[in-house]
Amino acid sequence: MTRKQRRLYIVGGFMLIFASAAALVLMAFEENIVFFYSPSELAQKSEQQPIPPGRRLRIGGLVEEGSVQRDADGVTITFRVTDTVEVLPVRFRGLLPDLFREGQGIVAEGTLAMNGTFVATEVLAKHDETYMPKEVAEALKKAGQWQGDDE
Amino acid sequence: MTAELGHYALVLALSVALVQATIPLLGAWRGDPGWVGLARPAALVQCFLVTVAFGALMYAYVTSDFSVLNVASNSHSAKPLLYKISGVWGNHEGSLLLWLLILVLFGAAVAAFGGNLPAPFRARVLAVQAMIAVGFLTFVLFTSNPFERLLPAPLDGNGLNPLLQDPGLAFHPPFLYLGYVGFSMAFSFAVAALIEGRVDAAWARWVRPWTLAAWCFLTLGIALGSWWAYYELGWGGWWFWDPVENASFMPWLAGTALLHSSIVVEKRDSLKNWTVLLAILTFSLSLLGTFLVRSGVLTSVHAFATDPARGVFILAFLIVVIAGSLTLYAVRAPAMKGGGIFSPVSREGGLVLNNLLLSTACATVLLGTLYPLFLDAVTGDKITVGPPFFNMTFGPLMVPVFIAMAVGPMLPWKRGDLLGAVQRLKFAIAAAVAALLLTLVLAYDGPWLAIPGIALGVWVIAAALEEAAHRLRLFRVPIAESMRRLMRSPRAAWGTTFAHAGAGMVIIGVVASSSWQVEKLQVLRQGESVAVGAYEFKFEGATPVAGPNYGAVRGTFRVSRNGAEVAVMQPESRSYQDPPMETTEAAIRTGWGGDLYAVIGDPTGDGSWSTRFYNKPMIHWIWTGALLMVFGGLFSLSDRRHRVGAPARRGRMAKTVKTAASMAGK
Repeated sequence: MTRKQRRLYIVGGFMLIFASAAALVLMAFEENIVFFYSPSELAQKSEQQPIPPGRRLRIGGLVEEGSVQRDADGVTITFRVTDTVEVLPVRFRGLLPDLFREGQGIVAEGTLAMNGTFVATEVLAKHDETYMPKEVAEALKKAGQWQGDDE
Repeated sequence: MTAELGHYALVLALSVALVQATIPLLGAWRGDPGWVGLARPAALVQCFLVTVAFGALMYAYVTSDFSVLNVASNSHSAKPLLYKISGVWGNHEGSLLLWLLILVLFGAAVAAFGGNLPAPFRARVLAVQAMIAVGFLTFVLFTSNPFERLLPAPLDGNGLNPLLQDPGLAFHPPFLYLGYVGFSMAFSFAVAALIEGRVDAAWARWVRPWTLAAWCFLTLGIALGSWWAYYELGWGGWWFWDPVENASFMPWLAGTALLHSSIVVEKRDSLKNWTVLLAILTFSLSLLGTFLVRSGVLTSVHAFATDPARGVFILAFLIVVIAGSLTLYAVRAPAMKGGGIFSPVSREGGLVLNNLLLSTACATVLLGTLYPLFLDAVTGDKITVGPPFFNMTFGPLMVPVFIAMAVGPMLPWKRGDLLGAVQRLKFAIAAAVAALLLTLVLAYDGPWLAIPGIALGVWVIAAALEEAAHRLRLFRVPIAESMRRLMRSPRAAWGTTFAHAGAGMVIIGVVASSSWQVEKLQVLRQGESVAVGAYEFKFEGATPVAGPNYGAVRGTFRVSRNGAEVAVMQPESRSYQDPPMETTEAAIRTGWGGDLYAVIGDPTGDGSWSTRFYNKPMIHWIWTGALLMVFGGLFSLSDRRHRVGAPARRGRMAKTVKTAASMAGK
């Protein structure tokens, strides 16, 4: 085998692997990119073009004071997330993160149910008292309500 | 006083690094032995100075000197000593100082133990190493000075994030950094070789031990980090494809590829260009990881810095290093001709396939990690690329790696016989088929992907063992003869066996724990119990307990199986005071079959508690496998070829002849 032939094999192999990887990446991107919306953006989006149920989303905002309720089964929790303009009801079954509090910023991942409730599979509150999730801070800034120091 | 001493030592280290980065390089170019000789003492002095600075910071932490801003904002007098020490690197400034310390330690190691390197080459390596040090010293001194004073000193400090107050995490950053920074050696060797315009088998033999050591540390660091996430975060997950995790995983993938391609350079004098490029890319990915984690573009526990000046500095440094080294590569690489020719089916062919797949996998991880940042910068859309993306792209690319990983070591150099190699793996094939059928019977209700997954893991382990058996000619020659071969066969080959078997264990652990995990989320009153798979958890009540710097609620669960008690598990929910924060301490019981995992959550208000339980079959194989991989790496590192005599670069002609002869003999 000559050097040229070897190079041909290597380049051929590389193209093959690279092409399959590119196909995988494109397929995965199509299905698995998760967009982040604030409650206002979500309301806006739903008006323009309803988000198909089952599509994974991330939402974020402040947990509205007095909105946290525990269902009779004890492990399902409902609360409302707000960016001070729009309000989004959220349902979550699971253990809330240690830093989940009313009035705190959170980010949740899940899907939008037909009745407009956001069914979260994961709720994140940053492990830091002073922390405001970046997306939430920006969403609040957009809503004109964020008083914190500018980064 | 100590703080000023530390600061002063850093300034001195910067000036030494500036000299070390220039004079030896010029000396090697002009052929001036005096200038060349400067590299060695400079590296040692620089190492001494940075050690003094690091010691000064550690002293400030241990004595709780809150007049130092860094100590005041990250430590607290009531913290246990271990966490006062680990607090040194539990923050942005200190962790950079640790990065720097490890960098100069590696430099000093080359200076001290690199006696077998030709002096001009060593001078060039040390000069490149010093250039990296200059970048980081400037960064530390101008944007992240750990010795800044805070006057008047506060009475007590802010404390360390309680999540970081954990033995697993105390040692996670040092090992990770030893890995990250260890790849700087491969980088420096590659750049020095490009400057010199010469890459040969001797070069590969010098680079390999450094790369191998860095790889071992990085593997250990990643394993520690994932173990910590598993038991500390209370979600029972061990890998989240979080950008910060990816930042450490990408250099690992590239480093693994480098480890394998440098074998080809060493043994067959081929794939030189590619190996040099890979060495540059691996370290670039380490720097990118540092940038991603430290610049604050990602929000996570790891992101300490939010000062944009720091991010801009690291980004600029990153661009200089990557662009500079790649330009040098573009100019010099075409002149380097590859040696040995090989057929696609051969040991080299297998290693090339390994490299292609690993670097493609690394590229998909890179894409998934950077794409959200890119989209945010361009369109302002906020997206996340989560685990499903990586499972869909990374997973399928790893399957051929694991299939080929078993066959590769069975192939001879230059030209192999695929059918013959597969025939010699009949035991492994039988084991994999048996595993396939057994899993099918035991877990007929799926998930169906788990079945080939387990078989793949068994295939990798069995093939590693079978390859070792062939090496010993086990059962084909008398046992005494096999024993003799056991003593004589090279340790590097055994390293391969251990590391490959370890990878197989990781596969089985990952597949089994993610496929057959049982999760139970339940509100329990005292005396109530819940069934989790075959186990029954009975809640005996929750009591308050006090720790050294926290208060906690401790739940007690009696676990039984078929009526017989197997364990008492006591998870805690802790509240720390400084800084005020709550953490979950899961109770984990590891048995042969896997882990039981219990978490106690919040009281629901009417005397019951929310709880969460998991049964995770075989999950401990993940970390055992990772440790076995590290052990394999260390075992290979102890190979005498890496230590004695071998690295000496003999006369060019003599060496070529000798390599040819040794190849013919193999």
